Amino acid sequence: MIRPMSKAFGVLLALALGVATLVAAPVLAQSSPPRIVIGQGVIEPMPIAIPTFIDEGGAGDYAREISRVVISDPERTGFFRNIGEEAHISRITSFDGGVAFEDWKAINAQVLVTGAVSVAGDRITVKFRAYDVFNGTTLEGAALQFAGTTQGWRRMAHKVADVIYSTITGEGGYFDSRVVFVSESGPKNQRLKRLAVMDYDGANVAYLTDSASIVLAPRFSPQGDRIIYTSYETGFPRITLLDVGSLNRQTLEEQPGTMTFAPRFSPDGGTIVFSLERGGNTDIYSLSLGGGGLTQLTNAPSIETAPSFSPDGSQIVFESDRTGTPQIYVMPASGGEGARISGGEGRYGTPVWSPRGDYIAFTKQNAGRFHIGVMRTDGSEERLLTASFLDEGPTWAPNGRVLMFTRETSGGGGQASLWSVDITGRNLKQIPTEGPASDPAWSPLLP
Amino acid sequence: MSLAAKSLLLIAVLGLAACNNPDRYGAGGAGGAGGAGGAGGIDTTGLGDPNNPTSIAYFNQTVGDRVLFQVDQSTLTPEGRGVLTAQANWLNQNPGYAAIIEGHADEQGTREYNLALGARRAAAVQNFLISQGVAANRLRTISYGKERPLEVCSEEACYAKNRRAVTVLSAGAGV
Repeated sequence: MIRPMSKAFGVLLALALGVATLVAAPVLAQSSPPRIVIGQGVIEPMPIAIPTFIDEGGAGDYAREISRVVISDPERTGFFRNIGEEAHISRITSFDGGVAFEDWKAINAQVLVTGAVSVAGDRITVKFRAYDVFNGTTLEGAALQFAGTTQGWRRMAHKVADVIYSTITGEGGYFDSRVVFVSESGPKNQRLKRLAVMDYDGANVAYLTDSASIVLAPRFSPQGDRIIYTSYETGFPRITLLDVGSLNRQTLEEQPGTMTFAPRFSPDGGTIVFSLERGGNTDIYSLSLGGGGLTQLTNAPSIETAPSFSPDGSQIVFESDRTGTPQIYVMPASGGEGARISGGEGRYGTPVWSPRGDYIAFTKQNAGRFHIGVMRTDGSEERLLTASFLDEGPTWAPNGRVLMFTRETSGGGGQASLWSVDITGRNLKQIPTEGPASDPAWSPLLP
Repeated sequence: MSLAAKSLLLIAVLGLAACNNPDRYGAGGAGGAGGAGGAGGIDTTGLGDPNNPTSIAYFNQTVGDRVLFQVDQSTLTPEGRGVLTAQANWLNQNPGYAAIIEGHADEQGTREYNLALGARRAAAVQNFLISQGVAANRLRTISYGKERPLEVCSEEACYAKNRRAVTVLSAGAGV
């Protein structure tokens, strides 16, 4: 099955080359490396060929399983289309052997990825090379080897895919990351909740707590080693800090008559900001985890909650209903009244500053529907990316290009699930989870 | 910006859940979550005879244990004030009980905002009861936000019942 060069491919190249017309094949031989520019326009997926990685000794099923992840990660972005093995003309039989580029050109693969896996004891080595098929060259920076324990095989596959994605899009990777979320079970009026973590694509689930108490809205520390969340373990909602490695938990000591919730880390991980309710009034406070005092950041009779630091740590975006409906405000990290940035119709909540610093994601409720949206940090260029009965609580991928959020269906049988969408509003996808799930929070890119 | 009290510290949580856990919805409460082990064990409170005017059952059924709120509101309705006046009278006549006031929201709102809204509603009830002479040290509040709806449909008929503050009695003079 040989496909002619698609029009989509031409558009891609036109974008990459900065020209508006479809160019002929001979010119492509001197073209720049394959490149996807993620912008507002509709981009057809780039055809890519990733033959099953070669077993260079003892790899067994790992070679096939790793290849599956290396194929699936780029495809999930919507920017790549894998050309299935049944269409391949050549077989890759040796990692360092020559590549018959004509055979890959003939099936219109713009990028070819070859790889090899070997296992000795519990050590696994994964190496790969990504080729610019039309120039017959290795893509710069895309020939690497990863080694580790077999237990971490999936991470190595994600790392391979991150390099491929980054090389071709110029964006940071995000596949080698984890997501903490709330795993749900039970009926709607008696929902059981427990903390869990998974790979960003829903695999590798591990449970961090049992479901004895309600747990809400976890967040990873910037180093990915701790998780902070709200738990009813003591009977009252209370901020709890969990060490991911040991699963040891600490809780914020209660000040009598108060409730603490909505905790978030500062970018350096040394401070948390959160909501503290006293006598029915909720304000935002900060606390140094190194053992400092508690600082009150807002002081108003309205509800101030859902704080989120800017990536440089200098500002905090938060939600307040001081005007009568919840809206989004930005204040200095040292506190203050804040300046309102949300201006459209409806109610705005759960603002989250992008790790790139360029956007703020939020939940919007308007005319009986919920949306996930993004706006610039001054509130301009608001765009709604989703719409449903209940969409809530966006979290940013480490590269600031993708959002994950909770979608809940209506009615007595309503259930929560995790979804992702890219910041252009395309590629809306449900994350496969064993059961209902809510409140996702993305980790940083793993080291 | 004022500095608040400095007593907020991180402390080990283990063992804290053992006693006086008010969470009726946790492992020790309705239904049981499974896997809870010993922590948060089952608290037993006799409900008594609903015909006995000093019983919890009488309070719940005859006095009325809950008040409802309008969308996004924590202001007490005239009807709610009537119920709470009766609650205050009952509590004043039955000093052997303490109460935890649970604030709840319907599902039309984000999780954390609704937690704050539920707290506002519980505080409105607490303040009213105190204004009617109930000792503050007999009352405590907790918010469940939208986590524990009473009715599960996604229509106003259910939402109206879910926007509530419930006065949950326990035997004992203070909380």
